[in-house]
Parts: sequence; C-alpha cells; structure tokens
Amino acid sequence: MGSATIGLNHFLVLSGILFTIGMFGVLTRRNAIAVLMSTELMFNAVNITLVAFSRYLAPAAFTGQIVAFFTIIIAAAEATVALAIVLLIYRSFQGINVDRINFMKW
Amino acid sequence: MTDAFLTNLAFYVISFCVIAGGIFVVSSRNLFHSAVFLVFTLFSVAGIFVMLSAYLLAAIQVLVYVGAVAMLMIFGVMLTTQLSNVRIRYMNEQVWPALLICAGFLALLVYGLTDTPFATGNVAAPVEGAKAIGTLLMTKYVLPFEMVSVLLLAALVGAIVIAKKD
Repeated sequence: MGSATIGLNHFLVLSGILFTIGMFGVLTRRNAIAVLMSTELMFNAVNITLVAFSRYLAPAAFTGQIVAFFTIIIAAAEATVALAIVLLIYRSFQGINVDRINFMKW
Repeated sequence: MTDAFLTNLAFYVISFCVIAGGIFVVSSRNLFHSAVFLVFTLFSVAGIFVMLSAYLLAAIQVLVYVGAVAMLMIFGVMLTTQLSNVRIRYMNEQVWPALLICAGFLALLVYGLTDTPFATGNVAAPVEGAKAIGTLLMTKYVLPFEMVSVLLLAALVGAIVIAKKD
C-alpha cells in the first residue's frame, strides 16, 4: 500500500469533490430525504479526509480513524432522528418538499 | 513497478465510482435510484478506506452505513414518496447559482489543498489497526465512547417519540 505516486493530495481532492457534490445536493434538491442523502455524502467526504490525514501524517496514533469512527456513529444517530422528523412532517403536510415547509417563517 | 501501477489503477477506479455515484445521488430524478446509488457510493468509500489501510473502518462503514443508514433511507423513501409521480420538478429554482457557488468552492478547496505543504513523511502503514483502535477506545477515548453510546440511546428514544402516532 502507498505507492510513490498516489499521495495525500489525491485523497484530499477526491474528498473535496465528494463534499462539493453533497453540498450541491443540499442546496438544490427539493425532497427532504434527498437532502439527507446529500448530507451523508458530505459526512463521507469528511471521513475520507480524516482517515487520509491519519494514514499519511500520524499513522501510529490512529486519531483520525477514531474521530471518523465517532463521525459514523453520530451520522447514524442524526439520520435516525432526521428521518423521524421527515415522517412526522409527511404525516402533517402530505409532502416533504423542503421549499414548501415554510410554516415556521411567519 | 506493477504493484504501484495496480495501486494507482485501483485508486482511480474507486474514485471514479465514488464521484459518479455521488453525482447520480444528487441528480437522479427517481428518489429510489438515488438511494441505490447512495449504497454504491458508500461501498466505494469503504474501498477508499481499504486503500488507506483502515480495514476496521471499512468494515464499520459497510456495516453501519450500507447496512443501517442506507436501509433507513430506503425505508424513508418508501414511506413518504409516491414513486410513480416522478415527473414533478425535483430541484429548486437555484440550480445555476448553486452550481456556480459549488464550482467556486471546489476551486478554492483544491487550490488550498495543493498549495499547502503537509509534513508527509514516508511512513509505513501500521498493521495491527483493529487491535490498537480497540485498545485506544477503551483507554484514552473511553469518555467520548461512553458519551456517544448515551447519544445513540437518546437518538433511539427520541426517534420513537417523534415518529409515533398519538
């Protein structure tokens, strides 16, 4: 593992591209579940960054891998609660398009 | 020589899978297709973790993300969306500004990343990953570990309380 040509920058750029794709999804999708999926993409991009830094800067300390481990757990908790909220909104409003859910605006 | 070539090839193939899967997730008109491509992308990210020799994390990624989070998403899609009605507008009216902002953000990010000199030594990958991580979680990081377990319990109870019919 770890050849001469694939280095830290490759993984960081890949993570940046994935994060940007997720950000585009969050900004543009109308369906709330699609927005949640895009946030999962952003979580994964951050995890790639953490593990890449852990692998290339301090491989014996495992700090980045442990933080990524906690990120995965917290993302799972977030997905659970967010989907429960989406179900509740669907039951109350018969739709989950986020540009229609503006009842807290006034 | 061929080993390095195979590593490069594996990296580019897996990266292509990650990026293409991500693009399909955000651009697919059918929400169920989005969920399936999300599973594909999460598997590819597990492959990236294997390339970074984080084998335990790759296993956790497959178990937690593919097994739990993506299945939860598919349940959410099934419960809330009429998949037959896929002809509606699925993006809001801010697609072009969002595209512009995202392209600028990515350019800034790549510029910053490639311009920064990181102190990457030629360090070998550690072998005993799972054992060391388990030991660290039970000794040095035991307080955040316990807090995260309490958080998971709270999220479980909270999700049931929020979503139950009353």
